Order: sequence, then structure tokens, then C-alpha cells
Amino acid sequence: MSALSDPSGVPQRPWWRRSLMLSALLPLLLLGVLLAIIVTTQTGLGDRTAPPIEELTINRITLPVANQLVVNVTNGGPDPVTVAQVQVDDAYWMFEITPNKTIPRLGSATITLPYPWVQDEPHLVTIITTNGVTFAHQLAVATRTPSITIETVGRYALLGIYVGFIPVSLGLLWFPVLRRLGRSGMQVILSLTIGLLVFLLVDTLAEAMDVIADTAPIFGGSSLVLMVTLISCGFLMTLGRNRTQIPPSRLQLAYRIALGIGLHNLGEGLAIGAAFASGSAALGTFLVIGFTLHNITEGIGIAAPLTRERPSMAHFVGLAALAGLPAVLGVWIGGFIYNTVLTALFLALGAGAIAQVIYEVGYLLYRQSNDDRTPLFSKAVFGGFVAGVGIMYATALLVTA
Amino acid sequence: MMGLAGSAMALNASLAPASAQTPTHPSSNQHSGQTGDHVSLMANMVMGDVDNKRNNFDPLALLTDFDYGTVTTLPDGRTLREYTLIAGDQLIEIAPGVMFPAWSYNGRVPGPTLRCTEGDRLRITFINGSSHPHSVHFHGIHPANMDGLEAIPSGETFIYEFDAEPFGLHLYHCHTVPLRRHIHKGLYGVFIVDPPQPRPDAHELVMVMNAFDTNFDGANEFYAVNTVAFHYAKHPIPLKLNELVRIYLVNITEFDLINSFHLHANMFHVFRTGTQLQPHEFTDTIMLAQGERHILEFRYKFPGQFMFHAHVSEFAELGWMSLFNVTETGATLPTMPTFTEQADPFGVCTLITGEL
Repeated sequence: MSALSDPSGVPQRPWWRRSLMLSALLPLLLLGVLLAIIVTTQTGLGDRTAPPIEELTINRITLPVANQLVVNVTNGGPDPVTVAQVQVDDAYWMFEITPNKTIPRLGSATITLPYPWVQDEPHLVTIITTNGVTFAHQLAVATRTPSITIETVGRYALLGIYVGFIPVSLGLLWFPVLRRLGRSGMQVILSLTIGLLVFLLVDTLAEAMDVIADTAPIFGGSSLVLMVTLISCGFLMTLGRNRTQIPPSRLQLAYRIALGIGLHNLGEGLAIGAAFASGSAALGTFLVIGFTLHNITEGIGIAAPLTRERPSMAHFVGLAALAGLPAVLGVWIGGFIYNTVLTALFLALGAGAIAQVIYEVGYLLYRQSNDDRTPLFSKAVFGGFVAGVGIMYATALLVTA
Repeated sequence: MMGLAGSAMALNASLAPASAQTPTHPSSNQHSGQTGDHVSLMANMVMGDVDNKRNNFDPLALLTDFDYGTVTTLPDGRTLREYTLIAGDQLIEIAPGVMFPAWSYNGRVPGPTLRCTEGDRLRITFINGSSHPHSVHFHGIHPANMDGLEAIPSGETFIYEFDAEPFGLHLYHCHTVPLRRHIHKGLYGVFIVDPPQPRPDAHELVMVMNAFDTNFDGANEFYAVNTVAFHYAKHPIPLKLNELVRIYLVNITEFDLINSFHLHANMFHVFRTGTQLQPHEFTDTIMLAQGERHILEFRYKFPGQFMFHAHVSEFAELGWMSLFNVTETGATLPTMPTFTEQADPFGVCTLITGEL
């Protein structure tokens, strides 16, 4: 503010101050005037003659009991939408809608139909609005939606432990082997870690894009995912670097990798929980085995920066928990309160965290090659990277149901 | 918020077999979140009811509404019948709460049922009050210049004049291109030419099998007889026991190649296109391609509620599902206000600008 003060004298300061405030407020005042003009004169573009633009998204179809279908919808369009009729499998069906058949912008409604759905068969729900516009959503495989009971909570937790905590812990058990590798072996392991993290980044982003595509466009779609990824990555970069410019310690780095992988596993858990709840993951056991094999490599990634340290056992348990247990939370959320926007946000956060640890591990690799005066892009390093991506790709084949 | 126990649910009591009835109402079971043992037969239904006043026509009244024209005698002794058809743009409620931007003749879909006797001279004054060019193309035998292929521009008038031949059940519709859209948006009606010797006395009902593509994707969302989906399921058509019933059945469904009519617990005589007085067939199901029409005759031997619907199950479940209510006495149907009585025939119409 001092640069803007009038140099000629102190008495004018209050006036300048007010003037500065005025110039800061002027655009806002003018904006207010403009809005008032627009509201009173209707922009002068003439009356809107086109029919309203309707945009209804069916978020989820649940089957809480036999002979009942529950459809959750969100209005993501600029105008209110009135649900006139509902079809199930090309047949008009009686329904109840709460709270109101007219859904305001950004509002949601729940439609309940007494429909005799058939176990293991697909069903198509189509909503017809007052203007005759249709919005359809396919329920891939009909199966009763699990309710929250001690049994299902326990079973889902077990599922999360199988796909998250156990494989990460098993991977960490390679730590003694990793320690015995020489310096060049270490380079390979770090680059392998980068390879698998790059795979997870691409995979998580792709999954987030897939999920967000099914949500109401008003929430931002793919740009929301990318922005959240960037912000998440940027936030983690600034974390721990406030006072000093030095990069995080190796143990800190391991925790960061664990956090990134944990968020990724949370996203994976969401997908698995939702798939189990909606019946589309009928492969059950095979899918669980696939995820276990797929995620075992994640443990190596977490252990990789620690090979020159002697961390306590507690740290290993902590790392495994941070990376693996979010999968349990994910399965719970995905299975019981599946929310597509929330899922996409978690995945985007995970992608950002993974991008950040890729940078950190890359920096570690760079420092190490500087210390050793070895080329950064050696054949061994490149080979490790390709192996990391390759292992993840190959094991991912097991989980594409 | 709509209650499940609408008027259609009341039908459940009379329609569902006794064994299917449970002390607790199936829909109230659903509401309380318990497992429903069964789903009501009439759960396949639209919610609510249409506003006949806003539509300017009651589907029950359309059944028996015949326009015989203004009758005069020509110098040569023949009968001259003069009709007026006005095309307009109109929003109609084709199912409860679903508005469709229709094109109509005389403010209703289907248009008026024009009725005459073979050999009459017909003079139809067509006024195009719609925002698009339209025409009237009659089925039957007439000269080329009366065939209705020439589009009459918005605001202009054309007089179609020809002799009524042959006797039978015909139809008329707009023949302006794009043809599919001009027909599907509602420009059609029934054209009955009676034989010189009238058919036997009967309770006569006009039924136009039509459908609406509300999202304009080339496939129909709603099917019906006389426009309003499920209307006769919610408001069964009264019939008198043992009375001869004659249905003038016309198929003007677009997009789907065929439609059909199936009568429950009965059989009917079929007079194909109504051009002969001898029945062709005695059956309970008949298939009609686009533009086909037949006269059906039957009597009900037993009282009660009887379904009739398209035996194309998809169409039935999308609205072409109806009921007869057969009683000892029958009941009178409501009547249409005559077109000229209406001060503003298109009072409820909304002129739609743009492409629709």
C-alpha cells in the first residue's frame, strides 16, 4: 500500500485510502449495476422460446428388497426437471418419488417402484420428464443391495484387508532382500518403483475419468478430476517444505508413497465395494486374488527408499496400515453409500498424491546417481522402469473382470 | 409426491385373481420397505391422470364422436356433406404429465371422425392455422387433384371435393414432407364411408391406434388407442351385456411396422378395411400394418372387466392397454363439444416457434 500512497503529504492519506478502496470496489459496483440492468431488461435478447434444457443423471439403482427398485437421481441441468413417468424394461411402472417430482437445479430425488426384478438379470430404468425427454440407466446385474449389518461390515472389511493391507504387507517383507542389493540394484528398484507408480497414476486417473463421466456434468467432469489431482499434488509438494528447502527424509518419503498408494487403494476399494454391491463383480474370489497379486508390488515401492535406513518394526506396520487399510474404508463407502462424485474425488486425490511421490522418488534417484556419478538414464534404470510398468500391467489383467 | 394407490390400483381389486389378493395392499408393503410378496397386475401403469379440459378432448368422448358434416341436397338429389378441418399447433398431454408438441386437426388428436354414406358428395374446407405447411390426404377413390399431395401454406385454405367411395373404413392424414413427422405429430383422423344399406345397429366405437415419440429419437415412448396412454385402463369403456359392439379400428402408429389388437375372453368378426359386408375371419387377435384398418364386431356374453390391448406386449406395457367394463345396463359415454361451439378452438394451443 505504501507504494500507492501520495508522496505530497500525509493529510491526504485517508482520502487515498478511501480512493483505493473505491477503485477496488468500483468493478464490483459496476457489476451490480450491470446485473440490475440485466434482471430488469432481460438482456434485450428477447424471451427464451426454446424448451428448457433438461439434464437428469441416474446416480444409482438399488434393490433393498424383493419386488422393489430404488432409483436415485440428480438434476445437473440449468432448469428444474419434473419427472412425469418412469419405465422399467420398456414398461410404464407405478412409482413414488420423494421429496418432490419436480427436482430443482442440483437437487436430488428418490424414486421407489414396486418392480419384480429378476436375480442376475439386467434391468433398464428410463425416466420421462414433462417434456417427453428420456433419461435411462442400466442396472448391469440385479442382486439384492446389501444393507449395513455387522456381518456385511465385517465381510467388506475382510475384502479390503485382502486387496489392500495383506498384499502391501507381503510386499514390505522383501525389505531385507532389497537391503542386500548393491547400489546399482538400488537404482533398479527405485526406477521399478517409479514404473509401478506411473502405472498407478495413469490407472487412477483413467478410473477417475470413467467414474466422473457418469456424474451430472454440472459437477465439472474431467476438469474437476484434473484440477483436484493438480491441487492434491501441489499441496503435498508444499507439505514439509515450509521452513527448509530440503526434500523430505527417506522415511518421510516412504510415508508419502504409502499415503499415495493408500489413496489409490481407497479408490480401488470404492470400485470393488460398488461392484460387489451392484452385483457386477460376480467373479468374487478370482477378483480378490487378482487384486492381491496386483497390489503386492506396492509394498516394494514403499520399502524402496528405506534401504539405507533401519526403521523400527512399528514404522513398517504404520506404512502397511497407511497404504493398505484405506482399501477397507473404500470398500465400505463403495458398498454402502456409493457416490460417484465422491469416488471420483478420492481417485483424483490419489492421483495427485501418486504424481507427487513419482517426483520425490525421481529426485531420490537423481541424487543417488549424482552421488555415484552414474548416468541417470542408464539401461538398468530404464529396465527397472519398464519392469515396474510391465508387472503392474500384467497383474492388472487379472483384475479386469 | 404421488401416492401409489391411484385410481388404477382400485382396478386391482376387480382384476387380480382372488388367490393373488392379500390382506395387506402390495404397494403399502413396498412403502414400508418390507418384502412385497407380489406386484399388482396394474402396477404396470402411468401415474396420475391427464387434464382432458386442457387437452380439449376426452378420450372417452372421442370413441363415439362422429362428424356427419353440414348436410344439404344437391340439385341432382344427391347429398352434399361439408366439413371443416383446421390444422393447428398444440401442446397435448399424451400421458399424465407428459406434454407433446402436436400438430392437430380441429384441436384434437386424432382429428374428427368424418362420416358419410357411399355416393355422397363431400366438400372439405381445409384451413391451415399451423406454423407449417400441411395438407389432407384421404384414402378412398378420388381424382388426382384431390389427393392432398400439395402442401397448403400456413394461413391458406384449400377445398377438397370428391364423391364418397367405396364404402369402408378409411382414414385421412397430412401428406406433407417430411411425411413421417407430419403424421406422427398428430395429423390424422378416421374417415368412415357407410354402405348404402346401413350396417346392423350396434354400439359403435372409434379406436385409432397411435403412438408418440416424445424425445424424437425415431422410436415411440407412448402407445395408445386415441392418444392417451393407459386412459381406458384407468377409465374402462362401459359396454352392455350381449349388445353388438362395432369397433372402427385404425392403425396410424409410426416407426413400428405393425400394431395389433387382442380382445380378452371373447372372439370378434373381422371386416377387413370394412369394404365388404361379409366377415373375413372370426378371431381374438388381429395384426395391422401402418395405415391398415378393420371393422371388428362382437358381443360380451359375461359381465365383468375385460382387457383389450396390443398383443405386441411392449406396446401394451408402454400404454396400449385398455379395459371394457361389461354390465347389464351399460352406461352412456361423455360427448365432445361440437367444434363450432368453441369460441376459441385453439384457446389451449400454444403456437410453437422453432423447429418442433
